[in-house]
Amino acid sequence: MREFLFYFFAALTVVPGLFVAISRNPVNAAMNMILSFIGLAALFVMLESYFLAILQVLVYAGAIVVLFLFIIMLIDAERAPKSGWLTSLAAVAALALMVTGLLTLLYSGESGTFAVAGETAPAALSQTFGVELFTRYLLPFQVTGFMLLMAMVGVIVISRKDAAEDKGGEA
Amino acid sequence: MNPTVQTLLITLVILFTLLNFAGVLIWVERRVLALLQDRLGPNRAGPFGLFIIVADIIKIFTKEDWVPPFADRKLFILAPAIILFTVLLSFTVVPFAPGIVVLDLNVGLLFFLGLSSMGIYSTVLAGWASNSKYALIGGLRMSAQMFSYEVFMGLSLMGVVILAGSLNLTQIVEVQRGMWFIIPQFLGFLIFMIAGLAETHRMPFDLPEAESELVAGFHSEYSSMKFGMFFVGEYIGLTLISAMIVTLFFGGWLGPAWLPAPICFFLKTFAFILFFILLRAALPRPRYDQLLSWGWKYLLPLALINLIVTGAIVLMTGNPQPN
Repeated sequence: MREFLFYFFAALTVVPGLFVAISRNPVNAAMNMILSFIGLAALFVMLESYFLAILQVLVYAGAIVVLFLFIIMLIDAERAPKSGWLTSLAAVAALALMVTGLLTLLYSGESGTFAVAGETAPAALSQTFGVELFTRYLLPFQVTGFMLLMAMVGVIVISRKDAAEDKGGEA
Repeated sequence: MNPTVQTLLITLVILFTLLNFAGVLIWVERRVLALLQDRLGPNRAGPFGLFIIVADIIKIFTKEDWVPPFADRKLFILAPAIILFTVLLSFTVVPFAPGIVVLDLNVGLLFFLGLSSMGIYSTVLAGWASNSKYALIGGLRMSAQMFSYEVFMGLSLMGVVILAGSLNLTQIVEVQRGMWFIIPQFLGFLIFMIAGLAETHRMPFDLPEAESELVAGFHSEYSSMKFGMFFVGEYIGLTLISAMIVTLFFGGWLGPAWLPAPICFFLKTFAFILFFILLRAALPRPRYDQLLSWGWKYLLPLALINLIVTGAIVLMTGNPQPN
């Protein structure tokens, strides 16, 4: 039963993930993305990491994909520029990197350490999660926050420049 | 009793009560609104006009169920199901009385927040799939409104979590035996109530379906029971927000000893539902940009201050609930 559930949810994560990449309709792609995130959350549940599972749904499937949908609805996706040769090149490069990474993992002989025995994952308790984040992983946490802040400031600067240029036009 | 059977029984009773309650609420709302506006409201069919509920249900089931030819068929049909699914699923973590809860999750509070964020898709997809301009604007407004207010909906509850030392809703209620959280967390309560109203898109915040600007907003193209599902979903959502306010700030089922716990819970919840209906009669609709700037400029900083002050006080006085 456990094995069946694992493969079921793994398929639920991977197959919609594929459709996200190949779907022509952006809204369908977003919907598949939600399905994929839910599959991932179910995998976390199977590892008894309920906190992480709920966060996966709350943050990724909930907030972030809604933001994507908002953007898709705002812009006319049909008229968006078609992807050029650079995009295809990037896709091929990404695929090559992923396959290399997977093969390295498989043949490095360390794959045995990934098996999770019936024990509760360390991140299962929300308290453990918070304490670890603010003690052992404080630096990566702060750096991530700083990067997000920089991205935010960048977006604001870019959009403000556009607004100033539009002033002479219709606005 | 076999625990599986017991859980099943509790689930069925809660489901049955909720769906019927939503029907009764429609009647309650129409009567109370009428009272406030100096009219009678539905009063012809049956005692106090109560049979209007039956008439409404028959009407809504026998109307033509129409999918516009220009709509995105799959998403159009899926959208109304999502809202009903998410609000009903949220009730699985609400503790109605000691032991009367379907899922006593350790992360119950986050479960509720996660499902309420999934509920957004219902209105957003309805607006997009309808493929008409009013519905699209409604859906756009909905997504902006919901993800703005969702942020501090979660933040406003963190004060409660700090004080209770747990995300489990049953434990949060138990901790309130000494004092209801409404007193130390009054600011959190206010913010959560406003955000909850915005999440259920009830009257002062019903901009996604503002009938004076957008016909009927995101559900303009819906008819029959598909519209009915949005309608029922809204009323169950209202009940859910009221139940959550009672659980988190008003001591849940706790009350005088002579009152049975579920009845106490129900009375408190009903009081909040009535309050929300009165709000609908009393307040005008704000402008859309006012709604958003109000949220980001006032409610978000207030929620953050509430979180920091609560955390500081708890750190100063020592951890109240080592858990």
